[in-house]
Amino acid sequence: MPQAIRRVLPQLLTLLAVILLVSAFFPGFLQVDYERGRLVGPIIDVIKRGAPVALLAVGMTLVIATRGIDLSVGATMAICGACAAWAISSGYGLIPALAVALAAGLLAGLWNGTLVAVFGIQPIVATLILMTAGRGVAQLITEGRILTFTHDGFAFFGSGAILGLPAPAVIWVLAAILFTLLVRRTALGLLIESIGINRRASTLAGINSRVLLIAVYMASGFCAAWAGIIATADIRGADANNSGLWLELDAILAVVIGGNSLLGGRFSIAASVLGAMIIQAIDTGILLAGFPSEFNLVIKAALVLVILVLQSPSLAPRMARAARRRRGTPVGRTAAREAGE
Amino acid sequence: MLLTIRSLTKTFPGTRALDAVDFDLRAGEVHALLGENGAGKSTLIKCLTGAYQRDEGELHLDGAPISPASTQEAQALGIGTVYQEVNLLPNLSVAENLTFGRQPTRFGMIDQRAMRHQAEELLSGYGLGVDVRRDLGSYSVAVQQLVAIARAVALSGKVLILDEPTASLDARETAMLFDVMRGLRDRGLGIVFISHFLDQVYEVADRATVLRNGQRIVTEETARLDRLRLIEHMLGHELEEQTTEGARHAAQPAAPDERALHFDGFGRRGKIEPFDLSIGRGEVVGLAGLLGAGRTETAEVLFGVHPAQSGTARAPEGPLDLGNPRAAIAAGFGFAPEDRKTDGIVADLSVRENIALALQARRGWARPLPRAEQNRLAEHYIQRLDIRTSDAEKAVGDLSGGNQQKVVLARWLAMNPRFFILDEPTRGIDVGAHAEILRLIEEVTEDGMSILVISSELEELVAVADRVIVVRDRRHVAELTGTEIATDRIVRAIAAPDAKAGEAA
Amino acid sequence: MTARSLPLFATIAIFLLAYLVCYLQFPAMLSTRVIGNLLTDNAYLGITAVGMTIVILSGGIDLSVGSVIAFAGVFIAVMLRDTGLHPLVVFTLLLAITTAFGAAMGGLIHVLAMPPFIVTLAGMFLARGAGYMISVDSVPIDHPFYDVLKDAYYLMPGKGRLTLIGVVMLLSVGAGMVIAHRTRFGTNVFALGGGVQTARLMGVDVGRTTILIYAFSGFMAGLSGVVFSIYTASGYPLAMVGTELNAIAAVVIGGTILTGGAGYVFGTLVGVLTMGLIQTYIVFDGSLSSWWTKIVIGALLLLFILLQKGLLRLNARRQAARSMA
Repeated sequence: MPQAIRRVLPQLLTLLAVILLVSAFFPGFLQVDYERGRLVGPIIDVIKRGAPVALLAVGMTLVIATRGIDLSVGATMAICGACAAWAISSGYGLIPALAVALAAGLLAGLWNGTLVAVFGIQPIVATLILMTAGRGVAQLITEGRILTFTHDGFAFFGSGAILGLPAPAVIWVLAAILFTLLVRRTALGLLIESIGINRRASTLAGINSRVLLIAVYMASGFCAAWAGIIATADIRGADANNSGLWLELDAILAVVIGGNSLLGGRFSIAASVLGAMIIQAIDTGILLAGFPSEFNLVIKAALVLVILVLQSPSLAPRMARAARRRRGTPVGRTAAREAGE
Repeated sequence: MLLTIRSLTKTFPGTRALDAVDFDLRAGEVHALLGENGAGKSTLIKCLTGAYQRDEGELHLDGAPISPASTQEAQALGIGTVYQEVNLLPNLSVAENLTFGRQPTRFGMIDQRAMRHQAEELLSGYGLGVDVRRDLGSYSVAVQQLVAIARAVALSGKVLILDEPTASLDARETAMLFDVMRGLRDRGLGIVFISHFLDQVYEVADRATVLRNGQRIVTEETARLDRLRLIEHMLGHELEEQTTEGARHAAQPAAPDERALHFDGFGRRGKIEPFDLSIGRGEVVGLAGLLGAGRTETAEVLFGVHPAQSGTARAPEGPLDLGNPRAAIAAGFGFAPEDRKTDGIVADLSVRENIALALQARRGWARPLPRAEQNRLAEHYIQRLDIRTSDAEKAVGDLSGGNQQKVVLARWLAMNPRFFILDEPTRGIDVGAHAEILRLIEEVTEDGMSILVISSELEELVAVADRVIVVRDRRHVAELTGTEIATDRIVRAIAAPDAKAGEAA
Repeated sequence: MTARSLPLFATIAIFLLAYLVCYLQFPAMLSTRVIGNLLTDNAYLGITAVGMTIVILSGGIDLSVGSVIAFAGVFIAVMLRDTGLHPLVVFTLLLAITTAFGAAMGGLIHVLAMPPFIVTLAGMFLARGAGYMISVDSVPIDHPFYDVLKDAYYLMPGKGRLTLIGVVMLLSVGAGMVIAHRTRFGTNVFALGGGVQTARLMGVDVGRTTILIYAFSGFMAGLSGVVFSIYTASGYPLAMVGTELNAIAAVVIGGTILTGGAGYVFGTLVGVLTMGLIQTYIVFDGSLSSWWTKIVIGALLLLFILLQKGLLRLNARRQAARSMA
């Protein structure tokens, strides 16, 4: 089995299990129809609705790989959505609107990255500032209203279809593929993992960890911008209050479900977006299966707990040792070493 | 005898950190524990304070066998420890630190006044004018050190272990500390004093024990211990045996114009006094001195880890910028640091990735080293340096220390630097790997690489170096060339200027 | 003035300055009426922020408090609706539950050795989900005892009302100050914040202390839920989303260092009041929009974080200079 598949196997199996479980209660879960030039069905809906979290998870994976965290992505989504909606409703057209939104996302990332890499503030503290203030900034742009617009070109990013697939789904899949290619076809992935595992040794080996850290937060902002664009295009309006609300937590959860250690190091973007799909499948599945949606949060909590136990530095060594005999997972290895020191 | 240790043995995977060590501590003496890094000092202390569990041997305190399982237990038994990095809480007040865990309470609340009173009482014998209500962190390290001692004495009161307490104190503060130590000794405490400043050992210690490679070499009254002898014991060279002439120093010293790199007035406050250094192509310069004398500091200033505040660096093609490691690497420098776990290897990355890391960092992220090239590099160096690993994809963290060191060396050799700084390249690795690394140094210099090698093993320096520079008190004090390069000369240079006094004693 | 208390003085100075600005523009803001409302409106936040202060002083974080408060509201409302239990009995039950919940999180943090951030994130989901499972809708509270509680106030000179819940908050702050600054437990909390390894070496029972810290935060969140249910006379599982962030912000603006080990519970009260003042000012002004609250709070956060970072660096440099001399 190729390395790449083996890495995401636990996530694939989990997703499969969730899908089977939901299908048991709601037999039509996997049914896909072709209507008016697009695919429709519950599973397509999962892929579409999971787009914001999947996009955020792509950027978050990179940030977490450097031993950081980005709490501000939800607020950044709101800012970028507001920027795009403002540009569209002011008549600037599609391309400028996208450009403004993406620039806002990159700027947010630059801000976070500077606080972390230059001022040396802990990532969780540094990104908390934008998490708090960001939504206010978004409201400032929309002047507190839900800034609505009619622009079919822009709305396409939320409700359009490409080759029958929902546009948001295409965007997140593309983002995941492009970012994976970007980090794996270049040396970025290796360098990011290296500073996440041992920043000091990496710096001594000549890696420019400061610039790399800033870049990683900017990548997170860039992904958040696309998530904001999708959310805004979907409802044809910017809702500064609710756009991306608490999605940073879902994104972190997706990364963790993806088997990426919060202690930094080895990462897999594919596993993270699978994590996002697992979260969305549970979300949608609970609704479809007729369970009250209140179960959702409890299941999420249980999921986090299971993962915590699996990743725990104090419990993992035993399991990791067992796992290493069967060629260990990167997560277990990190945890085991942390505990060993 | 207050404390007796008999045939204490502690092994870690791959090394025997303590090998049947005996140690005695009398009540009312200051007993210095000496040895270079890795000699086993800290392992001995940790076995004594319960941080480690010994494998074999016996500990007796006041004649009764003890085996402390934790620091608390050791403390309760009467063994208190004060570390170089003060193990108190700078964010609490002096009084809180002194009374921590035993604060006087009234109705469940801490009685502030009684606590202050207690704290002042505890400090009364130490001659410190401190306000016990202020944060500990607002005082100098020396005061924090004394507060830590006061706490340890109050809690334990039989044995006091001071682990390099003077490392960051100035002369006046050290004198203050020694006064306190003498006072405590006269009160009947047994004090174990660890320091690498020999002057201080002679000043304050009654007896000294030297450890080397996990074994006790000697225990002697300091008054009867010759200074040169002491350094020989620590560095593991006996003057009696005739020093073998190394292979290299027969070679003529390179003429100045051939020298590839010049550093003039290079220095940094608090690290190393400004020094001049020239290194020729293919030359091996050794850096000798005791721990903390400015060996590693010299390397870090040269490599831009702590960039020089004064001086210039020059190469044949012009002046060099060495403001940070990246700049130093761009100038063709390489650096294999002393602490390879925290500064060298990236544990979770594979052998292949670790070897390719510096090369990749120099190429930039956009030009990845092709996988085939990485594999070739990894295979090449695994063979050439005989790195024992099941395959190139194994995480470096899973290798033994010697093999980790070889991976770090491979990382830099792959860069083909013109100037390679090796800080204790053979520390903690087995004899076989040791010889291989020395052979490797010979090999690469033939291709014109210049090398600065730092080592506390003098035979090693004698064997490989064309020149040896001796550091003492953060200053370059001597340069030995040609036939001067012999262990006894180095030892003398390290010990000077008080060497004569030591001989006379 | 020591480095430790500088952020506290900065907090108080900023609060007084802000109040002065408000007063100069709207003299009515100095009335006891405004002050009374400031206390009443921010009572729930102040109480949970006291718990958060202890958690943050220990170097941890508790993301679950908002959800716990919402759970408390729903729990109380449903219990009062469906059982004949007296509110005081329900309160006791609730506080036992939330305290145990906090203790369980503390235990997990210690046993699993995982970051508090992620453990309490799970707690946040769990508490919110539990509230949801009790009731999906807002449940009004209609109990005579609640009318008594709601109408209990002391009429200050100038017609300002010092309400019961305002007093509960002030008492909570007082209790928090005693616990943090005047007990062995409090010293242990600071010790953990100063460094877990060192604290352990100095004899702190790290596991027990961690459990107690999060239990205390759970208790305070429960108490905050009681107060919030009195304030709104209802329970709603979707209420209080984001309160944990406001509490964290209040603690940091109150001068407590977010990495733990230094700070004052009293500062947290000032932080809460500062945040309340900004809101009151915006209401008085009428033309300013509510989002300025968030932006100003964010700016204050940045200011305090940079101030603390600067102080730490200054301290380190002074130490280095001294040891080098």
